[in-house]
Amino acid sequence: MDKLMIKKQAIAGTVESSDVQIIIDQNPNKGIEIELNSSVAKQFGRRIREVIEETLENLEIHDAKLVVEDKGALDCTIKARTIAVVHRAAETTKAIDWEAIEEWNV
Amino acid sequence: MAENKIGRQIPESVVNKRYGTFSGASIKEDTYQRASAEVAPVSPGSNKLLSSVREAIEKTGLKDGMTISFHHHFREGDAVINLVMEEIAKMGIKNLSIAPSSIANVHEPLIDHIKNGVVTHITSSGLRDNLGAAISRGLMNEPVIIRSHGGRARAIEAGDIHIDVAFIGAPSSDDYGNVNGSHGKATCGSLGYAQVDAKYADKVVVITDNLVPYPNTPISIPQTQVDYVVEIDSIGNPDGIAKGATRVTKNPKDLLIAQNANKVITHSPYFKNGFSFQTGTGGAALAVARFLRQDMLKKNIKASFALGGITQQMVEMLNEGLVEKIIDVQSFDKGSARSIKENEQHYEISADFYASAGTKGPAVNKLDIVILSALEIDTNFNVNVLTGSDGVIRGASGGHCDTAAASKMSIIVTPLIRGRIPSVVDKVNTVVTPGESVDVVVTEVGICINPLRKDLMDIFKNIPVPQFTIEELKEKAYAVVGTPDPIEYEDKVVAVVEYRDGSIIDVVQKVKE
Repeated sequence: MDKLMIKKQAIAGTVESSDVQIIIDQNPNKGIEIELNSSVAKQFGRRIREVIEETLENLEIHDAKLVVEDKGALDCTIKARTIAVVHRAAETTKAIDWEAIEEWNV
Repeated sequence: MAENKIGRQIPESVVNKRYGTFSGASIKEDTYQRASAEVAPVSPGSNKLLSSVREAIEKTGLKDGMTISFHHHFREGDAVINLVMEEIAKMGIKNLSIAPSSIANVHEPLIDHIKNGVVTHITSSGLRDNLGAAISRGLMNEPVIIRSHGGRARAIEAGDIHIDVAFIGAPSSDDYGNVNGSHGKATCGSLGYAQVDAKYADKVVVITDNLVPYPNTPISIPQTQVDYVVEIDSIGNPDGIAKGATRVTKNPKDLLIAQNANKVITHSPYFKNGFSFQTGTGGAALAVARFLRQDMLKKNIKASFALGGITQQMVEMLNEGLVEKIIDVQSFDKGSARSIKENEQHYEISADFYASAGTKGPAVNKLDIVILSALEIDTNFNVNVLTGSDGVIRGASGGHCDTAAASKMSIIVTPLIRGRIPSVVDKVNTVVTPGESVDVVVTEVGICINPLRKDLMDIFKNIPVPQFTIEELKEKAYAVVGTPDPIEYEDKVVAVVEYRDGSIIDVVQKVKE
């Protein structure tokens, strides 16, 4: 798979209940920064960050700024929205390397 | 710190010496002397009708440190609490205890009255939205005392709550204070909670927007208990007081839960001619009645009475002859308010008659089956209907623990998960109803019988609904949503939860920000 690069700001997801909306942007050499607002922050805030960070790690994204508006999304939804937003920001929405994703997405 | 029977840590400072901490759901049958009201007799020729709320407050002699009460029959349509509190605040009276039977979202102005020192103590069935959140953040110095509907009535009878002045919003009254809730511009049906206040308060002020010629009948609150009457333009918004017919849910998950609950009821030994039931007003709880109705028709079974907060659905069953009588402490919608006016088989009862553990037997003691909702239930079957999964107060105790304890079979209906929030958990944030009073838990995936009810485990052996242990239900929930982190609290106690007998079952602490 070609290495994914955050080229521009992108958005994925909605603010419907049980969904999560993620906005991603470049954050050169500053690592991963996540601003999280969640209706379940107290119970699942730690886990939501963990899922996003793991997913970014798997996609080999090491620098990005994210604004996350969570409405109680499950892990699978959070993962899917993270994958989508990275591909949109990387302008890689036509030829998605599903096999590479399936290697870590169990 | 004292640990009560269900393992909850109760700080010594909040323990009521008379009742101690929760030690079991069974009623302590100690005799006691009932409290009584101070009475100022009214002579022939004197006038009870005053020109303003202000004048009424002055006449009652209300002063700093006293206790006042309100009823919550007007729910989100209520204008009375805000109006009276605003007048009291203007008069400069401080340090009041307020003892409404419950508090709605519309009573948010109480936040300012607390900040300004007008209100320093609250006892209520529950707290909603912004007021609940503000109190959970530590708004008050003194913790709110949460009492169930039966528990509040008991506390008034026992003198734990002594009401100096009761302000009673009345859909109709005459100039001598004969009051009912079923006639007027803004009707609420039953005035069951207000009846207790009228009986035990030293001063009783009736506030009405529908002054009718003497004598106003039917009489829910009699002139013999009323000191003053005030006429105002509006006691509240009729549409907020009583919604149109309470709608039955179309949510397929709720319907599935209701269907499962109905199977539990109809396979139970209680489902026979002359049985009695009560349903809560949550989506699934309300929907149970619909399925139950079909089985009652099919098997030609009639109920002797339906109890509780009453909705249009109960009224329809009464009109169809499926239910012989309704006994009503609170009418939830226009249909039930109309029925209490028109149908003499639909009978109004007071809160102590309904559920007080301090009377010579409340109606809940005669109840076979109750269907109740839950915000959370834990693997010890303890139920939380008060705090959200984030630990913030947003619900109400209601008649939950009263009906669960007194009925022959209590059924808790709840979805396994709500969004990402599991409803079946390791440990509920706050216990309102102890697990020993909970008999069956019904979810969309199946049911769970409390192992304490060995009789029911035998009876339900072949019921056509999947059965699980409570741990299995919890695991199913956690498998979907993950394991939630426990909520972190500070030491400050923001609310004390009384069990129906006055003992302390739990406390709510300030949530750590």
